[in-house]
Amino acid sequence: MNLQESILKLIRKASTDLSPDVEDAIKKAYETEDEGTPARNVFGTILEDIQLARQKSTPICQDTGALIFYIDFPVGDSEQKYREAIENAASQATELQYLRPNAVDPVTNKNSGNNIGKNAPYIHFHQWDKDEVRIRLMLKGGGSENVGTQYKLPDSGLKAGRDLKGVRKVVIDAVTKAQGLGCAPGIIGVGIGGDRVTSYALSKEQFFRKLNQRHENPEIAKLEEELHTDLNKLGIGPMGFGGKTTVLGTHIDYQHRHPATFYVAISYMCWAYRRKQMIIKNGEVKYD
Amino acid sequence: MINLTTPISEEKIRELNVGDEVSLTGTIVTARDAAHKLMVEEKPDFIRKYLEESVIYHCGPVVRNENGQWSFIAAGPTTSAREEPYQADVICEYNVRAVIGKGGMGEKTAEGLKKCGAVYLHAVGGAGSLIAEKVINVKDVFKLEEFGTPEAFWVIEVKDFPCVVTMDSKGGSLHKEILTKSQQKAKELIGI
Repeated sequence: MNLQESILKLIRKASTDLSPDVEDAIKKAYETEDEGTPARNVFGTILEDIQLARQKSTPICQDTGALIFYIDFPVGDSEQKYREAIENAASQATELQYLRPNAVDPVTNKNSGNNIGKNAPYIHFHQWDKDEVRIRLMLKGGGSENVGTQYKLPDSGLKAGRDLKGVRKVVIDAVTKAQGLGCAPGIIGVGIGGDRVTSYALSKEQFFRKLNQRHENPEIAKLEEELHTDLNKLGIGPMGFGGKTTVLGTHIDYQHRHPATFYVAISYMCWAYRRKQMIIKNGEVKYD
Repeated sequence: MINLTTPISEEKIRELNVGDEVSLTGTIVTARDAAHKLMVEEKPDFIRKYLEESVIYHCGPVVRNENGQWSFIAAGPTTSAREEPYQADVICEYNVRAVIGKGGMGEKTAEGLKKCGAVYLHAVGGAGSLIAEKVINVKDVFKLEEFGTPEAFWVIEVKDFPCVVTMDSKGGSLHKEILTKSQQKAKELIGI
């Protein structure tokens, strides 16, 4: 097993090969929209694009996003080894056009040209007790990132209190404000509780769940179901053209909060929902 | 389906209505954040002849260079809202007839479309591989070194590029319509 080559393959798969759960949800959405509507045509185009990208191994979307890695590794492993392999693989993937150069220095406004820079690619490291390595990758587009947002409850304008009903209200507000800007239909990740930083982190990590895999807490699972239905009543539709499918999935998780704070962070992922993972065990690599 | 070929006359553009499906052919120019800022602040002339009665595409492509010849690998539209502060001025300064993007634009752009005779065309966001197939030739590139691949001005030739008119030159905007309706629905759902 060559780590750099395996990560390059992970990047290629994430950028060019949409996961089956997402493709199925888009096919279902295509069937749901009325014939002859712009919404249905959009889904037709999207399905064509997914096929073509897979066939030609070209990026599903030209915004190949920011590379965000989550690595779980056994005790004693080196973080540096993964960082080096990721940087080399990212640079190679840029040369091979699996990635667009997306790392810009905010001081000089210069694009580094190879997706490497300060804190880019971004890597979350986590040490665990298993004897295997899990590397998860999310390609997060800029358009969808820009419509992510955070609320602190209570919110008097929305009459949203410090409870799950309040959470429901702010999520509806956030998706209404996002309209078609983040390439609707979106996948919504919600993080309840924690501090400013951890609520956002939690909301984003929800994107690694399979679409509509429900939360183990029945109250949260119920809220996910309700919100999914409510958000699709908004009529925003694919690209904001109007239609029955505004979101493809709604995933929520929570963590304990300080008594004085009640944050709700909402992350938005576009329909080009690009995430893949690889597990390395006994020198073998499995992709999912 | 309405076929449009650049250069496009003002008369033809003013006939278009929200909801019209358009197939676009001819030479157009990609421009996004850094390019728009430059066009407003410095009004450079190098891009003038390509924009005259032509089209701006909000797109940051994935490109390939083989033996000195560029090609587009993935090329869907980027979010247009970021260009709202600049767009109307760019349209009028360079006599642009259409802007292609995604997500729609606001009041200032709507006024610019009316005043100077242009429309906003919506392409399918995220459909990068598919739309790249409609780009048949990359004619030139400006500011590549300075702005980087996504933000450079790419002068490209497209054939049968499918779009929908979502803002016309009469003040019509599908985005405004959907926003108003969805906000009403959200208020009902939230209970305010």
